[in-house]
Amino acid sequence: MTTNILEMRGITKTFPGVKALSNVTLEVARGEVHAICGENGAGKSTLMKVLSGVYPHGTYDGDIVFENEVVEFKDLTDSESKGIVIIHQELALSPYLSIAENIFLNNELKGRNGLIDWNKTNFEASKLLARVGLKENPTTKIMDIGVGKQQLVEIAKALSKQVKLLILDEPTAALNDEDSDHLLDLILHLKGQGITSIIISHKLNEIKKVSDTVTVIRDGKTIETIAKADVTEDRIIKDMVGRDLEHRYPDHTPNIGEELLRVEDWTAHHPQDTSRVMVDKVNLNVRAGEIVGIAGLMGAGRTEFAMSLFGQSYGSKITGKVFLRGKEIKTRSVAEAIDHGIAYATEDRKTYGLNLIEDIKRNISMASLKKLEKYGLVHDNEEYKVANEFRSSMNIKAPSVLVKTGKLSGGNQQKVVLSKWIYADPDVLILDEPTRGIDVGAKYEIYSIINRLAAAGKGIIVISSELPELLGICDRVYALSEGRITGELPVEEATPEAMLKLMTMEKPR
Amino acid sequence: MSNPNPPVTEETHAAGGNINPVDNKFTERLSHVLADLGKNGIFIALIAVVVLFSFLTNGILLRPQNISNLVVQNGYILVLAIGMVMVIIAGHIDLSVGSVAAFVGACSGVFAVQWGLPWWLSVILSLVIGALVGVWQGFWIAFVGIPAFIVTLAGMLIFRGLALVVLGNANIGSFPTEYRALGNGFLTNLFGEFELDPLTLGVGAIAIIALIVQQVRTRRGRQKYGQDVEPMAWFITKLVLISAAIGFFAYSLASYKGIPITLIILAVLILVYGIVMNRTVFGRHIYAIGGNRHAAELSGIKTRRVDFWLFVNMGTLAALAGLIFTARLNLAGPKAGDGFELEAISAAFIGGAAVQGGVGTIGGAIIGGLIIGVLNNGMSIMGIGIEWQQVVKGMVLLLAVAFDVYNRRRSGS
Repeated sequence: MTTNILEMRGITKTFPGVKALSNVTLEVARGEVHAICGENGAGKSTLMKVLSGVYPHGTYDGDIVFENEVVEFKDLTDSESKGIVIIHQELALSPYLSIAENIFLNNELKGRNGLIDWNKTNFEASKLLARVGLKENPTTKIMDIGVGKQQLVEIAKALSKQVKLLILDEPTAALNDEDSDHLLDLILHLKGQGITSIIISHKLNEIKKVSDTVTVIRDGKTIETIAKADVTEDRIIKDMVGRDLEHRYPDHTPNIGEELLRVEDWTAHHPQDTSRVMVDKVNLNVRAGEIVGIAGLMGAGRTEFAMSLFGQSYGSKITGKVFLRGKEIKTRSVAEAIDHGIAYATEDRKTYGLNLIEDIKRNISMASLKKLEKYGLVHDNEEYKVANEFRSSMNIKAPSVLVKTGKLSGGNQQKVVLSKWIYADPDVLILDEPTRGIDVGAKYEIYSIINRLAAAGKGIIVISSELPELLGICDRVYALSEGRITGELPVEEATPEAMLKLMTMEKPR
Repeated sequence: MSNPNPPVTEETHAAGGNINPVDNKFTERLSHVLADLGKNGIFIALIAVVVLFSFLTNGILLRPQNISNLVVQNGYILVLAIGMVMVIIAGHIDLSVGSVAAFVGACSGVFAVQWGLPWWLSVILSLVIGALVGVWQGFWIAFVGIPAFIVTLAGMLIFRGLALVVLGNANIGSFPTEYRALGNGFLTNLFGEFELDPLTLGVGAIAIIALIVQQVRTRRGRQKYGQDVEPMAWFITKLVLISAAIGFFAYSLASYKGIPITLIILAVLILVYGIVMNRTVFGRHIYAIGGNRHAAELSGIKTRRVDFWLFVNMGTLAALAGLIFTARLNLAGPKAGDGFELEAISAAFIGGAAVQGGVGTIGGAIIGGLIIGVLNNGMSIMGIGIEWQQVVKGMVLLLAVAFDVYNRRRSGS
């Protein structure tokens, strides 16, 4: 009889041609919060899929011991019946159904007549909502509550299944700081009620805050399991990347030239609710070789500003002036913006950045097919050559450029998006959350690429919700709050405290 | 990495892939061939259907006259399939093509028969009307933003109704000879009467030579850029098989009436649209839009403009199909084009187009159309009733798409 609720012993999982997990061992003590760290593609998700029965018994080698009993799960329902519930990064909720309906989906509470007992459903749901600290009516539709609250509904749903071991895959990836804090507190609260949690996360401060033990996985192998007392960010990073990352940000010596882009009094309204101001008289500029940051909390209007500037792809009633090298230009369509040398790499690469069913080659050429045109035909061998050059210069990890981008890891997908825009050869590159959902090692590479672009004389605007990142790579930082620029600081003066003060500055009312 | 001799050093590890080069090369080649077969599954399906029905019809299917008929009978569906697969790749659908074909057929009857215009002017005017129909539908779809399903469902009713209006509840018939050649004319006997038409054989030979030259050039080009190419033996095998098929086809046509005009029209369309979809910016944009409309838009692709021109193109091709069909029947009637849209859509999907868009080829759609054609023709020869023909065709569509979905899920994309 051990105190471990879960032991995974010698887990090996092979996909055709790839060994995703090799002899992985994981021991989780009863009642703890256990963090699993690793770069994207290290095998964390695969391990959790083995545990939850997504990869059924027989498709992997090794043993899973849950509550001192060897278990052989056939599927997800099987593992859930034992009390193992996994909450995926992409939430599995139906937006048009109510909170209560979602909680009891496929687990409906039926009355004696065999029909669903709605009173009981809503009553039980409200009890569960109270447990996760969510003050919402159980009949509210999922689409009407924010992502942070949806995450709580997922946990309530897990609680309804008598969860013993709760697995959270990157639970705070899409949440703002406030919601993240609430969620982490909830995990600790559930721990008090005896629920063991496994949390997969990239965010090291968060791991330090909640977890009792950290296991680091790299290249499908367990590197080490560290007790809370010994956890340091540097140690985890070292384990994850397998080398010391002396600096998390590459050195950057700015060589700043003439002004490239200037935006004056840029204003945009909400696309449907056209009376709502989303971007409010924004003034900013970027010079050649300069990396400029835009910091702002969730909902400050960062993406709205960038997309409205980029060919009016967001918003309505857009006004303001754009100058490129001192000459006023119009950016009424994306094509026009690109023609003027402005590029925008989106924060949501899967929805807005990539054609996931198409290969790397065609994604890179997507915005610049005209360059490859010869006698009216696309020169596809040249395209292949160009893509291959980017594959090596950007270090895109794929066996060939004919691999579909949907099969790449987040970091490599982002490199493809960046390649696409670098190939379009713009003067000004707007990068919206360029390292979201990317592991530490790949982040460093992306920063190096940004530096290279700046060194080549491009003007770079980086939008990020990670303040340390902006302060680490930018030369100058703007703070955005409620659609307005509330301040501008050279990076030397931009302390986190000073920035946060500007970022939370409210409109005078 | 289960090596029986444990102490594995870094070097042997790295060289592990080349321990048995011969064996490895063979498996690599084999996997190339298998991947190719997987990609061309639809081609194999066509061959299987042809072989099956040659047996079931005691060889009638492959008789020269029947082969010629196969082309002429299915020409208009294949023309529609070309436009339809493009529309489907972009993530739309067009339900109106049958009605448009009927409407344009009726108009051409008015031009060529009632007004007595020259045949070529009638043809041009008819194609223009088709394009205008496309402008109308494209406007609603691309610029107003109404789903193509709805717009073309409405179009299905509208243009069927307009066809009846133009016909005035009567058939228009007896078209001029030149016009009729579109549907059942043959290019033959340019060099006099022979048992085997030398022109047809010559064209077949030219087609084979052109194919080989083009394939070899493509292969050389790819090699020059260091791209992966298929093994030489397989490359040659494929060329020989395809050349043999073209040779047999040309021989069959030569021993019957020569080259059908419909086939010439089709060959030109397949060639042109194949290049458009593979090698032009417009074609690439269609695939990009179908794969991820948002990403395409944010890459500067004018998605609305592409949508609009796609439907103009579809309207024009529907008009062409209407002309060929009317010419073949020598009659513009109210029932013309009934169910064409379903056959064209089936052809595209059997040919590997994806319901979500982004995937599909002209070649696939043509082969899909031919499979349907062989099924129709084969079952008719066997004397199977129309009711069972429908059941079989429905099952084939369902299974083809199910197979495709299964394949895609297995490869995890």
